Amino acid sequence: MMFNLNTRNFLLTPFLIWAGLFIFIPLVFIVWYGVTDYDGNFSLTNVGLIFERGYLDALELSIALALISTVICLLLAYPLCLILTERRRDNSTIISLLFILPLWMNSLLSTMAWQTILEGNGIINQFMRLLSLPDLHMINTEGAIVLGMVYNYLPYMVLPLYISLTKIDKRILEAARDLGANSWQTFTKIILPLTIPGAISGITMVFIPALTTFVISALLGGGKLLLIGNIIEQEFTFQYDWHVGCALSVILMVFIVLNMLLTAAFDTSHEEEDF
Amino acid sequence: MERELIRLENVAKSFGNLLVLDEIDLSIRESEFITLLGPSGCGKTTMLRIIGGFETPDTGRVIFDGKDITNLPPNRRPINTVFQKYSLFSHMNVEENIAFGPKIAGKSSDYIRDKIKYALKLVNLEGYEKHDVTKLSGGQQQRIAIARAVVNEPKVLLLDEPLSALDLKLRRNMRRELVRINKETGITFIFVTHDQEEALSMSDRVVVMNQGYIQQVGTPENVYNEPENAFVADFIGDSNIIDGVMVRDKVVRIFGREYPCVDEGFPAECPVDVQIRPEDIKLAAPSEGAFNGVVTRVVFWGMSYDINVEADGFEWLVQSTTGRTVGEEVSLHVAPENIQIMSKPQSEDEEVAHDV
Repeated sequence: MMFNLNTRNFLLTPFLIWAGLFIFIPLVFIVWYGVTDYDGNFSLTNVGLIFERGYLDALELSIALALISTVICLLLAYPLCLILTERRRDNSTIISLLFILPLWMNSLLSTMAWQTILEGNGIINQFMRLLSLPDLHMINTEGAIVLGMVYNYLPYMVLPLYISLTKIDKRILEAARDLGANSWQTFTKIILPLTIPGAISGITMVFIPALTTFVISALLGGGKLLLIGNIIEQEFTFQYDWHVGCALSVILMVFIVLNMLLTAAFDTSHEEEDF
Repeated sequence: MERELIRLENVAKSFGNLLVLDEIDLSIRESEFITLLGPSGCGKTTMLRIIGGFETPDTGRVIFDGKDITNLPPNRRPINTVFQKYSLFSHMNVEENIAFGPKIAGKSSDYIRDKIKYALKLVNLEGYEKHDVTKLSGGQQQRIAIARAVVNEPKVLLLDEPLSALDLKLRRNMRRELVRINKETGITFIFVTHDQEEALSMSDRVVVMNQGYIQQVGTPENVYNEPENAFVADFIGDSNIIDGVMVRDKVVRIFGREYPCVDEGFPAECPVDVQIRPEDIKLAAPSEGAFNGVVTRVVFWGMSYDINVEADGFEWLVQSTTGRTVGEEVSLHVAPENIQIMSKPQSEDEEVAHDV
């Protein structure tokens, strides 16, 4: 860069102060609360709570739903991005805008909108009654939560995937066709391996918010289906038990770090192709 | 003569309003090295892509070995391509790149291993199986691209300006290599280039193209020595192209003087383009040659001098191994057999593209 080392360090100072005050210190507090009891002594009892039924169920359900949502996002994003790259030249701005648009909306608002669509007297059921069909039970189900997650987080999968797809030279795909590959073989042998870095960042960007969300599960799960995010929220806002809340947060962080390490390992093994 | 392998019949192609190919009729023979030569935008790459199956012509047919393949997708044609920027698969090593085609074709792993060995030997890169393609030099990547194509034993290899990204020395080397591979494998090579030197030095036949039309098809000697029109004369090598009038058989009038030539069969008083190669002009003392003139510019090229001589208001280009000085009075002499008479273009499409 054009800056020498001293200038660079100087310019970094505001960020370092910010990071220390608002990232590092709070993190230390969370960990500290997590591993101490109410008298301030070191204790792993709160961390151990995770192995109790209610908590463990919530964690398992959170991981399962986050995984399912991530997979669905991945399956939806690939064909969508392929079509988008194919039409890059003509009308893709409108199409991509349509998929970025949900990002501009408040996610609380859009989730509440899903609530009114899915609920017992919601739009879908009113329509069913109009057709004299039996009511559907949709709200407060795992399916509703997954729907909310996919709706909210799909753009985060689409964007990195789209970018990595546009980086593939069209001639590479023609070379594959030229060497005898049909469309499916071209996808599995060329497009898929070349877009793994994009898919990996997409997976991270969908999985982490899906794992920690409490808004979507609160609104579409109706408080009956508790995710780990909801339990942490309750510990803080209803039980006022910061120690348990922090302990659970620390455990959640472990899973997030695990996910990031796993994806980073994948990413470096494919880094060379990205040069 | 070798038998015909590919025939293009009245092929035309436009992109939007832009006509890139028109009235293309061409017969390509088995095992020959044929070059599509022309300036950028002349339609040569589009023609190659139509043969490869990457584009479908608007009209006309592509016949391969007697069968109509106009609408066959690229993966079902016995044709392989070496792309301009090699287009190697960056997530695979050399071996995996070369094995891509045979694997898709469902060949046995023993067969593939033998084939990889053979292909790497053919391109002089033995032992490179495990190398990372992104870490190879441009010339090596080019060779891998060729190996990856020939390993499928195609009937035809399409080469889209494959040497344009290489430096001069490497390019010369690869020219010889390509000709050798063509002779060794018997695969028909269809080579696209805008470099006339490449076309002349490598090809069995050259197809000169301009603005979507074929201008001339012939051997390198043929298109160089007997260009059919002013475009071909101008595009291949250097030329002096002069407006002339045919007086009668074997006599042409240029700059008001009757001059002997060897061409016949033109009607009397027919306007023609007269082409004289700069290396065919001899400089002599004033009044000894046919036209008197003054040297206006001298450029030394190493092997020879480019000398501009102004005579009769025309700027002649002369190539000579002996230099002259600017301002010197000289005269020009041309042997009758070195004067090439060409018909004037009949339509705008055949007009000389002066900007090339």
